[in-house]
Amino acid sequence: MTVFLIIIVIALLGITFWQMSKILKLSKSQSSEDPTIASDKDNKIQGYLMLAFLIVFNIFMLYNFWSYSKFYLPEAASAHGEDYDRLMFISIGLIMVVQVLTQFLLHYFSFKYKGEKGKKAFFYADNDKLEFIWTIIPVIVLAGLIIYGLFTWSEIMNVEEDEDTVVIELYAYQFGWKARYAGEDNTLGKANVRFIEGINTVGIDESDSYAMDDKITSELHLPVDKKVLFKLRSQDVLHSAYFPFFRAQMNVVPGMITQFGFTPTITSEEMRNSEYMVDKVTEINQIRKENSKELVANGEMALDPYEFEYYLLCNKICGISHYNMQMKIVVESEEDYKEWLAGQESFGETMAKQEENNKQ
Amino acid sequence: MSALANATVAQDHHGHDDHGHHHKETFITKYIFSQDHKMIAKQYLITGLIMGALGILMSVLFRIQIAWPEQSFAIFELLLGEKYAPDGVMNADAYLALVTIHGTIMVFFVLTAGLSGTFSNFLIPLQIGARDMASGFLNMVSYWIFFISSVIMISSLFVESGPASAGWTIYPPLSALPEAIPGSGMGMTLWLISMAFFIAQSLLGSLNYIVTVINLRTKGMSMTRLPLTIWALFVTAIIGVVSFPVLLSAALMLIMDRSFGTSFFLSDIYIKGEVLAHQGGSPVLFEHLFWFLGHPEVYIVILPAMGLVSEIMASNSRKPIFGYRAMVASILAIAFLSTIVWGHHMFVSGMNPFLGSVFTFTTLLIAIPSAVKAFNWITTLWKGNLQMNTGMLFSIGFVSTFITGGLTGIILGDSTLDINVHDTYFVIAHFHLVMGISALYGLFAGVYHWFPKMFGRMMNKNLGYVHFWVTAIGAYGVFFPMHFIGLAGLPRRYYTNTAFPYFDDLADTNVLITVFAIITAVVQLVFIYNFISSIFYGKRATQNPWRSNTLEWTTPVEHVHGNWPGEIPSVYRWSYDYSKMNIDETDYVIPGQDFVPQNVPLQKNEEELNH
Repeated sequence: MTVFLIIIVIALLGITFWQMSKILKLSKSQSSEDPTIASDKDNKIQGYLMLAFLIVFNIFMLYNFWSYSKFYLPEAASAHGEDYDRLMFISIGLIMVVQVLTQFLLHYFSFKYKGEKGKKAFFYADNDKLEFIWTIIPVIVLAGLIIYGLFTWSEIMNVEEDEDTVVIELYAYQFGWKARYAGEDNTLGKANVRFIEGINTVGIDESDSYAMDDKITSELHLPVDKKVLFKLRSQDVLHSAYFPFFRAQMNVVPGMITQFGFTPTITSEEMRNSEYMVDKVTEINQIRKENSKELVANGEMALDPYEFEYYLLCNKICGISHYNMQMKIVVESEEDYKEWLAGQESFGETMAKQEENNKQ
Repeated sequence: MSALANATVAQDHHGHDDHGHHHKETFITKYIFSQDHKMIAKQYLITGLIMGALGILMSVLFRIQIAWPEQSFAIFELLLGEKYAPDGVMNADAYLALVTIHGTIMVFFVLTAGLSGTFSNFLIPLQIGARDMASGFLNMVSYWIFFISSVIMISSLFVESGPASAGWTIYPPLSALPEAIPGSGMGMTLWLISMAFFIAQSLLGSLNYIVTVINLRTKGMSMTRLPLTIWALFVTAIIGVVSFPVLLSAALMLIMDRSFGTSFFLSDIYIKGEVLAHQGGSPVLFEHLFWFLGHPEVYIVILPAMGLVSEIMASNSRKPIFGYRAMVASILAIAFLSTIVWGHHMFVSGMNPFLGSVFTFTTLLIAIPSAVKAFNWITTLWKGNLQMNTGMLFSIGFVSTFITGGLTGIILGDSTLDINVHDTYFVIAHFHLVMGISALYGLFAGVYHWFPKMFGRMMNKNLGYVHFWVTAIGAYGVFFPMHFIGLAGLPRRYYTNTAFPYFDDLADTNVLITVFAIITAVVQLVFIYNFISSIFYGKRATQNPWRSNTLEWTTPVEHVHGNWPGEIPSVYRWSYDYSKMNIDETDYVIPGQDFVPQNVPLQKNEEELNH
């Protein structure tokens, strides 16, 4: 593919230069024609090119939608994600209607009204009615979009914490993530970077009575169909917790705690077995296989086959390894989640172990 | 051509009574420390083009890395050196630095100084009928401060620890702490100093433009007769004066945080095994200050392009611009709204969600004046007699990319939808089309159109056509597919996407984009060739090659200090009387000539419009 594209580029460049030299020659030989100001012939050629461009551009847009729409993320794996996707599709639909219409008018007019000597342009300076129409139509359409958007926004952002909410702290640092679960008391212990010392890597306040049962993990497990509220904390610079599959994102800001909440609705297992993901993973593995051949030929390791997992990315430039600051997310049934959580070591246990080690 | 049109250009040397402009000029006063606005405009243009070439070259380099990650290229070894491209493989430091400096150069040095600096200087005095800027000296100073600022920015590429690499938005703490990224050492210091100079030149320039437009308009040039170019440049200058000082304050506070231990933006930071003493600041504050300039900045970039396009389109359509008053009103509306929408860059920054709602509202409002402008441009073409000069093609291209890029703003301006596409390639596609490519088209349109006035020679149209069409196809080829990889959730500023196998199927699209980017970049050489060779060997220009109405075309082809050798022409009409018919609808107002320059008095056979 790559080689093929490079060949195309070189061919296109060649054609460009060949055409250019031809044009230069032509423009020199016809000394009667002004090489600097558009003649009727130029107007005609450029007018037709505008028409051609309109057609090519429309085909190109169609091609993009046809072959790249599959890139759009799979069905949202969170409760609010459905609303998000609906609003997104409505917006894209509206935009494309306006896009096709206005691009058509723009390029078609450029073709239709290409200049000719002796042709008279229509002196048309103002029309209040027309201008009123195309002011009011965007106003109405946008009002609809704004109202829809704002309702969805406030629904997503106003997370009310109740007894059932799972509160998890996400802790960001150069270049990784940690999750802190509240433990049995369902309350996160106090924390600040000033308490970071040794194995207390996220700066938990050891004197806080809520702290000892907190559990720090390097994977993020979430129970399906339960409201999760993330409290985000950064150790050093700005990061952004980006959960594309859940249509969720919030920056992580040193010096303050930000939050974002959502309810996961599709387990990792279900997502992995969805038609979308099976197709996608098959294609990706095909690509990886192809790439591996090249690597092996160069004496390097082959790529591992890919299996889908949800992941969390950093989406705010944070330094050299920004591109690889990720965390695996597992959405599972509540029983599985509880079982996994029970198997994790609490902060108190970690500290006790440490002390014992120190004594020995 | 009728004698009327040239009435005021009569070479009446006895009328040259203004100031003593006859003093001898040396090479230095004419070409280097010139106080003539036309020369200063050319200095801005050429500096801007050189910076632009650098910025585009950088984008090609990092696009190659994105398409073929961590592969060896001789060009990397050649340009980046052993430290940043060991064995020809670009490293992450170099990648982030290139992305950062590309953004900085293109936004500030090319599209702000190169575009509005050039055309404000060149067109304001010529189109309003003034001998020069209100203060020629300040004008000269502002260019030379810009020059110093450019030199400092370029020199930051050569410091030991590398140039700034925290992204062009330089959010602290990353930009404040050399421990966090090497580019935040000396490189960042130079970046901030360079920007401080840049802001100073922008303010000096803007104040000069405002004063000139308000005070130095010739007789009869009321505000409602100003060409739309001047309206756009005038309002741009006002936005600049309102918002640039805020960036300066942000930069100064960042300098204080970096060097003098203050804590405006820093709090609770643990880095390299140490807790920093900074306490109580907030990076969100920096984001507010940055975007209070940063958002108006995109209108500082796009408004001049809009003005140039309006003028070129009317002139080449041989028709008045449609809805002049609506065009002025929308410029003013955009300018006002531009200062109260900055928060849409910060929907997920951790600021109060209620603020997000407010900013969604104001942001989507901007779509209304923008839509009015787009519809008015399209109507200007309707039933015209379109002269397809290169400037015209770029103007049509401008409207096309402005619409394509602007429409996705409806998605990004909606706080809800922004959640999942924030900081992805969708954003890159959006702003490159709507302000990057569009503003560049405006710049090209302006250069092709006013080149005869700037250099007294014409540019070659066929080379212009090649330049336009390859650029038009290439630009869409680069940025249209980007929307889709953004919708796949691919974040921007990733050195490589291979860390996430999920993105493996996007690799081909990224290669395609890079191929288009290389083609588009290479074809700019055609422009550079056309530009340079036309300066020396282009066909000599006539006085009014595009048969335009505005005053600059009443000045002689050879530049004179003071613009008009005789008296300054008076103005009797607006600048859009193209194809205006006489009262009996039998012929044009001036028989056989489809345009009526602004300096032609009202004729007996024409109807008076309210302009």
